[in-house]
Amino acid sequence: MIRTLLQLIFEFAKTGLFSVGGGLATLPFLYEMSDKTGWFTHADIADMIAISESTPGAIGINMSTYAGYKTAGVAGGILASLALAAPSFVIILIIAKFLEKFRNNRYVEGAFYGLRPASIAMITAACINVAKVAVIDLDLFRTTGLFSDLIIWKALVLGVCLFLALKYTKLSPVILIAVSAVVGIIFRF
Amino acid sequence: MNDLPELYSTFVRIGCVTFGGGYAMLPILERELVDKRQWTNMDELRDYFSIGQCTPGIIALNVSTFIGQKRAGIRGALAATTGFLTGPVILILIIAAFLTNFADNPLVQHAFAGIRVCVCVLIIQAIMRLWNKSVVDTFTLILYLIIFAMNAFSSILPVRIPAAGLVILAGIAGVTASVIKERRHSQDKGGAAA
Repeated sequence: MIRTLLQLIFEFAKTGLFSVGGGLATLPFLYEMSDKTGWFTHADIADMIAISESTPGAIGINMSTYAGYKTAGVAGGILASLALAAPSFVIILIIAKFLEKFRNNRYVEGAFYGLRPASIAMITAACINVAKVAVIDLDLFRTTGLFSDLIIWKALVLGVCLFLALKYTKLSPVILIAVSAVVGIIFRF
Repeated sequence: MNDLPELYSTFVRIGCVTFGGGYAMLPILERELVDKRQWTNMDELRDYFSIGQCTPGIIALNVSTFIGQKRAGIRGALAATTGFLTGPVILILIIAAFLTNFADNPLVQHAFAGIRVCVCVLIIQAIMRLWNKSVVDTFTLILYLIIFAMNAFSSILPVRIPAAGLVILAGIAGVTASVIKERRHSQDKGGAAA
């Protein structure tokens, strides 16, 4: 039990230290953690993104709480969240001491010139991971061998509709998530 | 230090109403911290955000730490950061307890299968939103493609670099590229002057 807690703290502290660029930047680390530890599945991550979009708090915090709870109960949930917050807490305290110098440092600026595209590159890879569980059915394709079975067509149709809705209306993500849940139940996704 | 309870409770409230994290939090902070309490001003808030964005960790937490620190030192930072965490952690604990009990329910499964499609679309939209600020020239486009390939196809590559390693490599590449760019730029200028 203590070992699990320590491992939780280590994994989430690492995530907190290396995820640069906000909420979704934690995704590549979560997928890595899922493969390595089996604490949660890829489908769990996708579900947690939805829960994060519909509840307060950032995705990183929500995921750490969820994974911590699943592996080691309430104490695990709280410890994992604190572990995620700890590295940046220390870093910010240091930066706050010499704010101006940090902001105008050309090396810091240079690093972000590289970090920004890297961050969204890994978010793109994470998006493919979500798509793999949401709109692609590899198992059915392997058994039938038909390319038309590779894609879950009703999911793709829903995805296109949601994309257009998001682009042309000002509906909030929470509403779109609720609609998707209802569509999922009615059409038996 | 009678600021601490107020700091904590203020950030508990902010944590409970911040959906989606990051910039979604800015108008809420403006109302709670600038208008109501005059703890900071808009310019400072924007600075905190831009720094919170380019330091590791969750932006919302970084901003909380900043404001708490400014208000009451390390203890203030601790009060604000844990305050922000309190609401979401309790809420997710409740949801997680619910989910682990109902995950096998077919209705819940169908609902989440539908929701995953929506999640996919939300991420695509976030990528599109971030694209223009991140992929600005040939160097950043190439870096994007390399990091994407190394992360997405890590299972079939001979060398597997973990995400943390990719972050470090990208940072180094960014510094190197910008130093080279600067040098070339000053050379061009020198050449023109001569």
